[in-house]
Amino acid sequence: MKETLFEKVWRRHEVVAETPDTPAVLYVDLHLIHEVTSPQAFTVLRERGIKVRRPELTFATMDHSTPTRTEQVFGGAPIAIEAAARQVRELEVNCAAFGVELLGLRHSRRGIVHIIGPELGLTQPGKTVVCGDSHTSTHGALGSLAFGIGTTEVGHVFATQCLLQRKPRTLAINVSGKLAAGVTAKDLILAIIGRIGVAGGTGHVIEYRGETISALDMDERMTVCNMSIEAGARAGMIAPDETTYAYLAGRERAPQGMAWDEALEHWRQLPTDVGATFDKEVHIDASAIEPMVTYGTNPGMVIPISGAIPQRPDDAVFAKSLAYMGFEAGRPVAEQPVNVVFIGSCTNGRLSDLRAAASLLRGRKVAAGVQMLVVPGSQEVKREAEAEGLHKVFLEAGAEWRESGCSMCLGMNGDLVSKGQYAVSTSNRNFEGRQGIGARTLLASPLTAAASAVRGRVTDPRELL
Amino acid sequence: MDSIKTLRSRTVVLPASDVDTDQIIPARFLTTTTRSGLGAHLFADWRYDGDGAPKPDFVLNRPEAQGCAILVAGNNFGCGSSREHAPWALCDYGFRAVVSTQIADIFRANALKNGLLPIIVDQATHGWLLQHPGADLGIDLESSTLTLPDGRAVPFPLEPFARYCLLNGVDELGFLLGREAQIQAYERRSRA
Repeated sequence: MKETLFEKVWRRHEVVAETPDTPAVLYVDLHLIHEVTSPQAFTVLRERGIKVRRPELTFATMDHSTPTRTEQVFGGAPIAIEAAARQVRELEVNCAAFGVELLGLRHSRRGIVHIIGPELGLTQPGKTVVCGDSHTSTHGALGSLAFGIGTTEVGHVFATQCLLQRKPRTLAINVSGKLAAGVTAKDLILAIIGRIGVAGGTGHVIEYRGETISALDMDERMTVCNMSIEAGARAGMIAPDETTYAYLAGRERAPQGMAWDEALEHWRQLPTDVGATFDKEVHIDASAIEPMVTYGTNPGMVIPISGAIPQRPDDAVFAKSLAYMGFEAGRPVAEQPVNVVFIGSCTNGRLSDLRAAASLLRGRKVAAGVQMLVVPGSQEVKREAEAEGLHKVFLEAGAEWRESGCSMCLGMNGDLVSKGQYAVSTSNRNFEGRQGIGARTLLASPLTAAASAVRGRVTDPRELL
Repeated sequence: MDSIKTLRSRTVVLPASDVDTDQIIPARFLTTTTRSGLGAHLFADWRYDGDGAPKPDFVLNRPEAQGCAILVAGNNFGCGSSREHAPWALCDYGFRAVVSTQIADIFRANALKNGLLPIIVDQATHGWLLQHPGADLGIDLESSTLTLPDGRAVPFPLEPFARYCLLNGVDELGFLLGREAQIQAYERRSRA
């Protein structure tokens, strides 16, 4: 039988196949946890006297509520938010009590959970990967089946290494054509979400396919898969290929020696069979895509940077969204003055993202009155960036250079955008209040964000390339 | 989990579409390490002004909304993050069902695990519900139907296992723990 990548990974993890009356029991190969969505799951284990069944398959870090200011991470200064400090301590206690490996606050390999999984080589093709975080879809870039779960399900994985799941449907997004200069993977995924909508992938696992996808490097593939959830999809996947294997080879937790050869043999069987069918298919011409920027309060409200905000005269919900953003229908989005620029997050916090932003900032200054925050996705990304001198580019331009974490993407740690301010952000969600109460978020690529920082207004990066 | 067979309540209507989990419970309230008490922060940024005073025009602050257990929302409810704090906040506030035309996958799964019913209805029924806030509705899980005030019963989809768990108060973790033999067999098989 011809099978898709998703179907192969799913079938190989069925402990018990689904029936009309019961969902499948699906085995989890890699369980990632963090400080925000795990405490209540550990509490259930304690209440019921249950151990973590396979502690060696669960891996913990802290990223969401952790500080990015160096003095609070390494300098002995207290974490400014007391509740966040308590979550950090609770994760330390829980991991010690249940035998789970933790990359703690001052660990040299700590970082955003979706950055460090691939970086360490924990994420591998064909694995099932779950985490109490919706952007777990990121890991699908390596050909794993990776999806976000709730805290009750985190408890299920702790206790049984399994989840009860109905098999999702499949959606192929076929992308052809070459991305133009100045147009990035972020613009591609924003254009895809704009096309299929924020609920367009609901109930489906997306496989991104085609020549454009094959030509992306791993960082770019992760950016694309990361935002699958923004289209409502359960997961996003990309078939493993030589790019994937070259990325993984030699990574700390990737298979080594003979185990590598065996793994490679297995991974080569994973790509979708010729002739396999999907429940739905969409075709995208990448060559027609421009730098994209959002103008509203969900990631589907997105236009080319040269475009104007659409008119929908009879749509009260749309009008409310524009009112929140302080925008008028019909107006261009370019030239909008900007207060804050954020480079970072699990979407665009990898080394190549920082290189892209730095390429536009080198020898230039952040415009007067603009706050620019650069937050590496992991401590490893930070070290690599510093080895290349990227931090100097940012600091000399007038940007802030921080320790790794989720930071201003969701503002849990106090890195916030003020009420009414406009932030061009490389993160993934422009929901109302996401970056702070009353904050107005415009999602864009690292190139567009950096160009906007230099000009102090929303700027097409191609004007500065 | 307690078993649920029927529910009867008036509705609160929140006509916004694509209500995301950041609206249901903003991230700054996720620093809690327990499940309780989140109802106070449900829809915090829509419900309270900058000084923490209730905004009188927000639906949950209206006198007629008090005591309602069914929330009717616009299209595509619960998109965004996987935070189970969203259904915890809705339940803690007193909601027992959310009605929309589409409900995001992770939110729906989280809701069912907390006895919050995610109810998907057709556009026509949805349109009527949006136009009639405070409508007195009945929900019957056995037949998976929503009964409108005129007596018309509208079926809604409910995954059979989720229905079984809700009707019988079955705890999914208990069910999974009962699959230990199969899990061990899988582990032996996949190691071979």
